[in-house]
Amino acid sequence: MTPFTYSCPKTIEEAIVAAESGPDVRFIGGGTNLIDLMKMGVEHPRRIIDLNKLPLKMIEEHNGGLRIGALVSNTDAANHPLVRSRYPVLSQAILAGATQQLRNKATMGGNLLQRTRCYYFYDPSFEECNKRRPGSGCAAIKGYNRIHAILGASDQCIAVQPSDMCVALLALDAVVQVDGPPRSIPMRDFHRLPGSTPQIDTNLQPGQLITAIDLPPIPYGRRSVYIKVRDRNSFAFALVSVATVLDTRPDGVIRKAHIALGGVAMKPWRATKAEQLLAGKKPDENTLRAAAGAELQPAKGYRDNAFKIELAKRCIIRSVQSALRAG
Amino acid sequence: MNTSNDARGFRPNRREFVETAVAGAVAGALPSDAQSPAAPASTECTLRVNGETHRLDLDPRVSLLDLLREHLQLTGTKKGCDHGQCGACTVLVNGRRINSCLTFAVMHDGDEITTIEGLARGAELHPLQAAFIEHDGLQCGYCTPGQICSAVALLSELKAGAPSFVTPNIADLKPLELTEDEIRERMSGNICRCGAYVGIVAAIRSVAEGQKA
Ligand SMILES: Cc1cc2nc3c(=O)[nH]c(=O)nc-3n(C[C@H](O)[C@H](O)[C@H](O)COP(=O)(O)OP(=O)(O)OC[C@H]3O[C@@H](n4cnc5c(N)ncnc54)[C@H](O)[C@@H]3O)c2cc1C
Ligand code: SF4
Ligand code: FES
Ligand code: FES
Repeated sequence: MTPFTYSCPKTIEEAIVAAESGPDVRFIGGGTNLIDLMKMGVEHPRRIIDLNKLPLKMIEEHNGGLRIGALVSNTDAANHPLVRSRYPVLSQAILAGATQQLRNKATMGGNLLQRTRCYYFYDPSFEECNKRRPGSGCAAIKGYNRIHAILGASDQCIAVQPSDMCVALLALDAVVQVDGPPRSIPMRDFHRLPGSTPQIDTNLQPGQLITAIDLPPIPYGRRSVYIKVRDRNSFAFALVSVATVLDTRPDGVIRKAHIALGGVAMKPWRATKAEQLLAGKKPDENTLRAAAGAELQPAKGYRDNAFKIELAKRCIIRSVQSALRAG
Repeated sequence: MNTSNDARGFRPNRREFVETAVAGAVAGALPSDAQSPAAPASTECTLRVNGETHRLDLDPRVSLLDLLREHLQLTGTKKGCDHGQCGACTVLVNGRRINSCLTFAVMHDGDEITTIEGLARGAELHPLQAAFIEHDGLQCGYCTPGQICSAVALLSELKAGAPSFVTPNIADLKPLELTEDEIRERMSGNICRCGAYVGIVAAIRSVAEGQKA
């Protein structure tokens, strides 16, 4: 592991100033992704700024919704009574990820920025990876690509963003608060599709600090569900996942659906076409199938992952059906 | 079980081996990878490990796991994968379970660490240690210190009412029901290569139910 110096500032200002010292600086939250990547030789920071002493561990009411500090652990966010009772889909999505040990350490800010689990990205003994070494090629496009993207990929990179939490945050229209300088980034604009710059995962600028995640008030937030399909029942990344939040009328007609997919693209994927087709409808089997089909219409499979297209459709249908029973 | 010496010399009998594994006294042989010639400026920190205070001056690259095993000679905590994937390195930090392989020791200045060596009271095993022996919750014993530390934290998480992914109606904030599914889901971060899961679940269940009564 490349040697680095370590500091642990107590104020946001100090942390931001420390981050200005150059490109080899990294913040560290839980360290569960960064340290792993340093051990693999993917990341080589020369300076590490530990954020754990910053006053960013609050979960508080904010503008009718909730503000969750960037240094709150994934466990504390998932377990919080206000998160569980108002936004159960977020608790479920967090609890669907990793393990208790990892969630105890992982932070909200670090989870937002966790990198792809593309095997070729993770292992520098593969020379080709445009995300790790811009311009080197993409080993996954012609290699083994079972876990890769079916939506929004480019001929430069077909990786997926692996976070469960982010899928629920997108469905909930969360907003990421940033400092250095202060900025608000809606979840839908936070992650980036690869295009011709797959090395850039998000619209956060280097050195910027995530301070909090804001959840807007959603009166029907309890009518929500997170489903995750994976190779084993626990402790595995999603092949496909879906977070659904529904506003329904007493007669069962959907006023508004929020549907986000995970495991399909380099960003959590808002299923806006399916949402539009479901609004104002009573979601019978045919309506659901049509909505899911329309969403996945532009999907493209590669050698080993084409199964995800049908899987994603079925997951959308199942998640809307179970959300209707929730809350 | 045959416990006679074989061609390679002394072979401990299974019960002796099981007891040392559960108590955390089996030394591992995996080297530390944190040493390298160009060591950076060291960082001072103070950690409390199993009730003892250690003032340290560390290369910040040293993981908490390597600190415990290579610097403090607490070899009960095991290194399986070194990447957060197996749980063999699970320890308690301020009462919470974490993977000690994916954290730098210097990030734990002021923290209270409990390892498998810190669970017994003198000669009296922690109830979970005793239950793992009673229910055959192990075979080779390599994953066992991590399993037991994880299970200790699991019990306090249950007491605090913390939900898991398999908890039904998570929004209702109802008291938990301890099913086998709950134990399995909550222990999924501890892999057992020998497949001693049936005994592990039984051991945890027996202690959890004893505490409830
Ligand atoms: C074995 C294993 C299995 C896993 N399984 C899953 C899974 O099934 N689902 C899932 O969703 N996740 C899974 N994860 C990933 C896990 O959720 C992430 O590692 C974790 O959320 C990262 O959070 P952290 O605080 O540890 O991040 P860190 O490692 O501390 O940081 C990650 C990145 O974010 C940056 N950063 C951190 N905080 C801030 C901040 N406040 N402002 C700006 N930058 C910041 C760091 O510089 C770094 O680049 C798994 C991880 C492992 C090791
Ligand atoms: S899919 Fe992206 S991350 Fe994976 S090898 Fe190709 S360029 Fe690298
Ligand atoms: S050694 Fe830490 S999880 Fe495997
Ligand atoms: S007892 Fe051998 S790995 Fe679990």
